[in-house]
Amino acid sequence: MPIIINGAAVSLPDDPRVSLLDLLREYLHLAGTKMGCNQGACGACTVLVDGERIISCLALAVQYEGRAITTVEGLATGGDLHPLQRAFIEHDGFQCGYCTPGQICSAIGMAAELERGLPSHVTADLLLDEILASREELAERMSGNLCRCGAHNGIMDAIAATFIHTETSRSTGPDSAEAAA
Amino acid sequence: MTPFTYARASDVPDAVRLASLEATKYLGGGTNLVDLMRETIERPEALVDVTGLSAAIEDHQGGLLIGAAARNTALAEHRMVRETYPVLARAILSGASAQVRNMATVGGNLLQRTRCAYFYDPEGSRCNKRSPGEGCDAVGGFNRMHAILGASSACIATHPSDMCVALAALDALIHVQGPAGERTVALTDLHRLPADRPDLDSTLEPGELITAVALPSLPTGAHSTYRKVRDRASYAFALVSVGAVLAVEDGIITDVRIALGGVAHKPWRASTAEAALRGRQATPENFRAAAEAELLDAQPLRDNGFKVPLAIRTITATLGELTGENA
Repeated sequence: MPIIINGAAVSLPDDPRVSLLDLLREYLHLAGTKMGCNQGACGACTVLVDGERIISCLALAVQYEGRAITTVEGLATGGDLHPLQRAFIEHDGFQCGYCTPGQICSAIGMAAELERGLPSHVTADLLLDEILASREELAERMSGNLCRCGAHNGIMDAIAATFIHTETSRSTGPDSAEAAA
Repeated sequence: MTPFTYARASDVPDAVRLASLEATKYLGGGTNLVDLMRETIERPEALVDVTGLSAAIEDHQGGLLIGAAARNTALAEHRMVRETYPVLARAILSGASAQVRNMATVGGNLLQRTRCAYFYDPEGSRCNKRSPGEGCDAVGGFNRMHAILGASSACIATHPSDMCVALAALDALIHVQGPAGERTVALTDLHRLPADRPDLDSTLEPGELITAVALPSLPTGAHSTYRKVRDRASYAFALVSVGAVLAVEDGIITDVRIALGGVAHKPWRASTAEAALRGRQATPENFRAAAEAELLDAQPLRDNGFKVPLAIRTITATLGELTGENA
């Protein structure tokens, strides 16, 4: 059984040592997904597997046989960028851009987790069905994605503008970006 | 990474049969094992993928039975865990990142290895856990993150898991299957203190597979939570963490279980503090005295003396928080 990358069926490599990240970059030349630390600490390699965010550097490709992987290259529809991609441009959600594909894939997975009511470390009440997407919640949920340029405020603005539609979550505070780092 | 073969287990007996080869490792989400293999600290000749085995989370004798292949996110998200075992939901949610929690299995979390920087440095450091008998560079090195309880001259590493601290406080039972059959081991007996064999993290026999975790029911009126102290607000290992279960009736402690993370080679069940509290009044003074009694035997190293007062304060604060909820 192949693996599905951005809708296309692809054969798995024979060598089980190949990570999902290396399959994407070195075998398929999909260089959007980035290698940062290669040890699960930075989130630059974040992709979506059947809609769930994972880090592709510590994923052996062979384990994802038959699964549907979405990378940053698979987010646009035709010539139209994903709304979050547009928001990153609008809100200066990056400087060098290296962490950006991981940030964007991670935030899309994060929005789905929030939508289904998954609590986080900073959620006060574990039993609420609807979690208020405060700045603190967004920062905690995005803490697996580092940005060394310091674009976290723009990243949070872009995510809030795309997925959150309340005033609370749009208010910017000086403390919020540090919590994400 | 050393070459290895890969096989997917179809059921538990199949996994145990496939793992009969000596240098075989069971593979969960890979978030720790793949990293260790890339660093050549682990060099298995064969991997048996057990992520297709039971990931079910179901009612069991008034508690829960959790398939070892359940993902960390799924366990923290489970309704009964959030309602009945908040200490477990909070411990899991305080560990790693969302991406890692989506990948990591419960079984893999139980068997993750220490993040001691000297263990992780095969090129430059001596480590008895990695190469038995070689010596330990952490003992005389930078040991701010290391153990203050139960360590030995051979190893001062700490156990990295948050989930296991909660499971220790919950009296969890680990279901194991191996070449010799099935058995059940208490979570508090699954991990070892290092003594003179720090290369052995657990008491599992070769080829044994963790198949499930059983959570017993909690006493009526028990409250639980998890508190983690770390160097940054998120995505960092614990300096000190506390998982606690507390039941109070008319101001008197009827049941208390306390486990500590970040302080020892295994999740540290604070039985001295528990004994000092059972049947006593639930007051901040008693919480502090019990915490101090627990830490009496602590042996801080050059850089981690701060962990002793930090552990005392964190135990006191966590129990205080649970009393507040109870009032």
